[in-house]
Amino acid sequence: MAFGLDHLFGLKGVSKEDITTILDTAVSFREVLDRPIRIVPTLKGVAVLNLFFEDSTRTRISFELAERRLSAEVVSFAKSSSSVSKGESLRDTVRNIEAMKIDIIVTRHSSPGTPQFLANHTKCRIINAGDGPHEHPTQALLDMLTMRERFGSLDGLRVLIVGDITHSRVARSDIWGLKTMGAQVDLCGPSTLIPIHMDAFGVDVHYDFDGILPEYDVLYMLRIQKERQTGGLIPSSREYTAMFGLTRERVKRMKPDAVVMHPGPINRGIELDYEVADSPKSLILDQVTNGEAVRMAVLYLLSGRKEE
Amino acid sequence: MNRKDLVIKGGYVIDPAQEIDGILDIRIRNGRIESLQSGLGTGGAEVIDASGMLVMPGLIDMHAHLREPGGEESETIMSGCEAAAAGGFTAVCAMPNTRPPADDAGRIRYILEQAHGAKARVYPVGAITRGREGKELVEMHDMAHAGAVGFSDDGSGVANARIMLNALRYAAMVGKPVIAHEENADLSKDGHMNESALSAELGLRGIPRLAEDAPIMRDVAIAEYTGTRLHVTHLSTRGAVEIIRAAKARGVNVTCDVTPHHLTLTEKLVATYDTRYKMKPPLRGDDDIEALREGLRDGTIDAIATDHAPHALEIKECEFIDAAFGVTGLETALAVIHRELIIPGILSWRDAVRKLTLEPSIILGIEGGALVVGGIGDVAMYNPESPWTVEPDMMKSKSKNTPFSGWELPGKVAATVVGGVVHTCADR
Repeated sequence: MAFGLDHLFGLKGVSKEDITTILDTAVSFREVLDRPIRIVPTLKGVAVLNLFFEDSTRTRISFELAERRLSAEVVSFAKSSSSVSKGESLRDTVRNIEAMKIDIIVTRHSSPGTPQFLANHTKCRIINAGDGPHEHPTQALLDMLTMRERFGSLDGLRVLIVGDITHSRVARSDIWGLKTMGAQVDLCGPSTLIPIHMDAFGVDVHYDFDGILPEYDVLYMLRIQKERQTGGLIPSSREYTAMFGLTRERVKRMKPDAVVMHPGPINRGIELDYEVADSPKSLILDQVTNGEAVRMAVLYLLSGRKEE
Repeated sequence: MNRKDLVIKGGYVIDPAQEIDGILDIRIRNGRIESLQSGLGTGGAEVIDASGMLVMPGLIDMHAHLREPGGEESETIMSGCEAAAAGGFTAVCAMPNTRPPADDAGRIRYILEQAHGAKARVYPVGAITRGREGKELVEMHDMAHAGAVGFSDDGSGVANARIMLNALRYAAMVGKPVIAHEENADLSKDGHMNESALSAELGLRGIPRLAEDAPIMRDVAIAEYTGTRLHVTHLSTRGAVEIIRAAKARGVNVTCDVTPHHLTLTEKLVATYDTRYKMKPPLRGDDDIEALREGLRDGTIDAIATDHAPHALEIKECEFIDAAFGVTGLETALAVIHRELIIPGILSWRDAVRKLTLEPSIILGIEGGALVVGGIGDVAMYNPESPWTVEPDMMKSKSKNTPFSGWELPGKVAATVVGGVVHTCADR
């Protein structure tokens, strides 16, 4: 099997072939998850460190389950503060990791580029579980797997990502991944939550949600963080919902077979109406299940690189 | 003090102040230049054979951070002056954002005391406002009397326009320049690199060019309104160059400087999250570099300053958003300018030397910057054909955060002379 990645920092620059390999591998692991005994010996003897510097429940649990189901040795380490402002520096942390003979590090950090920093200073394979607003590649891969399951192919799919693009690592990874796979991705949200310079991503930016929502196969709704309102970025969540929330009324105007996705956790009543998240159009729980399969696939493929 | 006389023989002398370009000998007696002509006798004097060397007035860095007091783990006045001497600088302006900041006469005196015996002259720049908080003016008269050569809240912009207006008027009365770090903190807040497509991609909050251009526009307007002078330091944007070019054309008394790194490096280097390229103002784009170079050529930009900003390893080799802003520059400035500006024909040697010597001395009102008879005997000797590779570990600065690591540079400083005292530098 030809797989070209040593690490998974993000999806920018990752080839269509590699993404396809991950998604196809995830499909086979998805079958493992449907078995009565959901464990395989694939990563026996491989030591994985979950190094989370930022709060995360869903992603961390998803990775841990994926690792354990592959029979890896799993160590989890959560550190809520910035390493420089308090205690041990990241360099020292890295040195300790080296001494502990770890093979793979799954990391989340508020500073973009931290996965690269770790890769520069250790011999471990690195999987980025979210670095600031930069990338969250496994989320995008699970999103793509979910879309592929529903639509059969990503090629030509029209995806609209709605909400806070500026602060979203999910949006960035989804844009790169989906575009590589041939989908069309556009953005919609308040002008204050979309970077001025989005030209590098090859996407169109829209501010009129009502005018364009019937055109898309996937409405990918991002979470609006409450703190963004106090920073002067949007005047109120009420106004946000009025302009960009996926309400029952707006759902009626979607394409008949279009779907709703969300990386979670959902602010019900803000970016999604209460019942929209649970409607037949919603793929949100499929995303969660696929997350585990995708993470198993990534761990498996990167550990294989190590052996080569 | 009776120093031994010094004769620098046979060097190619470049002195823009006197429009000199040619092979001449220089005799320095009691720390001052006694004569400048060819075929000088050497009787009784220490002689330096400068054949093959470019001999120029000692370079003056208008903008450096020597970190003392408070940041001695990164640099001290002594180590900073070692770095200066290694780079051909015989005089260095020490910016006031130390801990505590240089915001009263006592602290200016402290810096001068610490500089005794250093390998370069140290000219302290005082803060504009107490604690660099942007609220109350410092005692500029008292500080100037103690030795401050100018005033700057470097590291922070002065947010309050009324304070800036008062600072420009008061500093003018005292006869010292205000050296403005132009940054609107609301616009640059939480920014770590240039705001651009790349910052959007990397997920790093950007610092827009507007954060620099808008306060420059404001301060040029204030200088024009008050009829006082303004010096803008470390320009990084095309907009800044254009604003100052237009202001000069209107007769506004504004000068400015640019750093070697902003003339040579672009934001693309940040793509790998390498913190060596994290600085303020941030590295910008190709278009900005082109404008800065054009500004140098046409005289809009008066001076080149290093903004030497040493940082200890632990505050630079860490997560990008936690890493300190700034790069070292004293030891590489001249050779980088040689490689990037002089060899490609963007600047002549004479213009480059002018921007590193005469212009800073004029802007600051300090001695030096020329090899005039009777003037101070500060000289730099540069071997233009002595290639070397920048290796951080070989630097004299206590800190190793150079963005030019690994660069092949065409020449190196052979020696500096400060007040007739020779510091041999070419021992890399």
